[in-house]
Amino acid sequence: MRIEILFPEICNLYGELFNMELIKKSCPDAEFTETNLNDEPLFSSDMPDLIYMGTMSEKSQELVIEKLSAYKDRIAELIEKGANFLITGNALEIFGNIIEDKDGTVVKGLGLFPFTTKRDMMNRFNSLYIGEFTPDDSESAMKIVGFKSQFTHSYWNNAASVSPLFETLRGPGLNPDIKGEGIRVNNFMATYVIGPLLVLNPPFSKYLLAKCGTADNSIVFEDAAMEAYNARVEEYSDESTGFYY
Amino acid sequence: MQKFRFLIALAAAKLSIVALKITRHNGTNFPGVLALRICPDFIRYIGKPKRVIAVSGTNGKTTTCNMILDALTMDGKEVVNNRMGSNINSGIATSLIQNATLTGKCKLDMGVFEVDERSALRIFPYLKPDYMLITNLSRDSIMRNGHPEYIQRILTKYIPKETRLILNADDLICSNVSPENERVYFGIERMPGDKDRCDNLIQDFQICPECRHKLEFEYVRYSHIGRAFCPHCGFKAPDYGYAGCNVDLDAMTIQVREDVCGGEIATYRLLNDSVYNIYNVVSAVALFRQLGYSREQIQEFFNRMSIVGTRYDIKKVADKKIHMMLAKDKNAFAGSRVFEYISQTPGTKEIIIMNSCQDDAVHWSENICWLYDCDFEFLNHESIKNIVVCGPRVKDYRYRLLLAGVPDEKISYTDKEIDAPKQLKYLDNDNIFVLYGTDSITLGYKVAERIERSISCE
Repeated sequence: MRIEILFPEICNLYGELFNMELIKKSCPDAEFTETNLNDEPLFSSDMPDLIYMGTMSEKSQELVIEKLSAYKDRIAELIEKGANFLITGNALEIFGNIIEDKDGTVVKGLGLFPFTTKRDMMNRFNSLYIGEFTPDDSESAMKIVGFKSQFTHSYWNNAASVSPLFETLRGPGLNPDIKGEGIRVNNFMATYVIGPLLVLNPPFSKYLLAKCGTADNSIVFEDAAMEAYNARVEEYSDESTGFYY
Repeated sequence: MQKFRFLIALAAAKLSIVALKITRHNGTNFPGVLALRICPDFIRYIGKPKRVIAVSGTNGKTTTCNMILDALTMDGKEVVNNRMGSNINSGIATSLIQNATLTGKCKLDMGVFEVDERSALRIFPYLKPDYMLITNLSRDSIMRNGHPEYIQRILTKYIPKETRLILNADDLICSNVSPENERVYFGIERMPGDKDRCDNLIQDFQICPECRHKLEFEYVRYSHIGRAFCPHCGFKAPDYGYAGCNVDLDAMTIQVREDVCGGEIATYRLLNDSVYNIYNVVSAVALFRQLGYSREQIQEFFNRMSIVGTRYDIKKVADKKIHMMLAKDKNAFAGSRVFEYISQTPGTKEIIIMNSCQDDAVHWSENICWLYDCDFEFLNHESIKNIVVCGPRVKDYRYRLLLAGVPDEKISYTDKEIDAPKQLKYLDNDNIFVLYGTDSITLGYKVAERIERSISCE
């Protein structure tokens, strides 16, 4: 299994690189390529089993957009071919049309998906999250738990283009008005859920590892991971647990 | 009209101080909260001291502010300060109200204020510091502070242009605050234990601001703290105006070489051997020198100073030591420093981790992303024999410790913090660390009392 981590030197907020650390510890034979801003991405000439990018600062978003603009067509081709992408936090916004800041500045995104991001740096939005993810060709959905902490929300430009990764049970979707969370197009998966998503969600991690082609998709210390996961699912499903901070 | 509103707010706040004294509720921010509710720009109108010093930064601002206040008190100065209150606008308003006449004039000439970084936008439009010391800028509460670049941006936007800055040159996020302002830098030259490469989970300033290539370090202390340079384009961290050097932890001293002043050197007493606190001393020396104190006066200040007990305290009971340490809740950066310090402390150790946002747990559930920014790996150390995790997040802590390589048999659990002492092994010559957060200072001391009783009953 070959995994490309995009720009870990700047896309590393909120413990998100531990998503990759979990895979390293679970699959010691996995090969990792860390692509820095001044490097040629592995995906430009190859199709890794997973391409990962995590949350970054607002300034870093501009650097990443500038860098990836040259590879926009290749990314679209990879998505079309079914390459696995996992994109967390505000890295999701890179792939939309524009990021509009309340102060009037506008940053043009890659434009691969038709949505607009609205940013208000004076108001941070914090919540817990619980939703459901339905694996391919499966009737049974798995619960996803995690956190949101962001200055932004994203809005689909038209209802027909809505293509969520998770169906929200509690908490906001891609914006507080909708229940669909994140983006899922073929195997491109992006979510606003921040932090150690894979650590917190062993069933989803196992799905992802299987998707990436591992024969053994067990997670390191899986019993302890499941114990923490089950407790969190129960806690977040409890109506008495406050959800917004 | 606004002035009338201000006077009403002042009168109400003054009356509330009397009422709070009668009901023995001193030390709250209520007067400031009340005044700001009546008059939102109250700080604009209230009298300010002629000379204002502000201290901010992610970590160390309370300790550094206390050092400055202690020193100024030793010098016989009466200083307006928010030591007993909060570091947001209501705390600062309260301290100004307490030191104002009935017409709102400030009774004292000097003010030292600890300022919460995010509150800069509510404070600095009205309170203009002559000097502002920023200890460091690093990751803090994800929910409140986002990321350090965001905090840098707020400070740069709101710090008045006329404020002279005292900044940490070993922290490129801090040293880049308000680039137009006059400034001096402090830092610490290579110390024993410094590394050539960062091995912490948090590494927040990895790329060159000029060419985006990866930065390297002449030496790195932790995370982005160290002396950075770009091997590609030649960019480098600012030179020190005040350079800490020749740290001697046996003698508990540090020298500060004043490159702003012909390279003269003086030796100062250290109050604590943690790197954080060594930085705090160097930063305070830089500020005192900027204020015009002589080296001899500053040496005398440090000789007579101590760090307040709620941050770090050691008590020896029989053959054991109880170490009380503040590890700020949800602050991975501070947590990593505490864990590193513990791992480097000689002797056999047990740890109670109880910095679990007890106040948050009442209403919702703690955001635990910080666990995966924090170097729990330091706790995977032969000398650490037992780690007791407690509170609502025990399962999360257990999994994090397992991922850090800590064997399961070294991890103990309890739901209630107060029961944690029962999980200790009380080994010979044990060093027992109690790590409490800002939500659990009182609880931390109750836990320590129970540990003490258990040791005494052995």
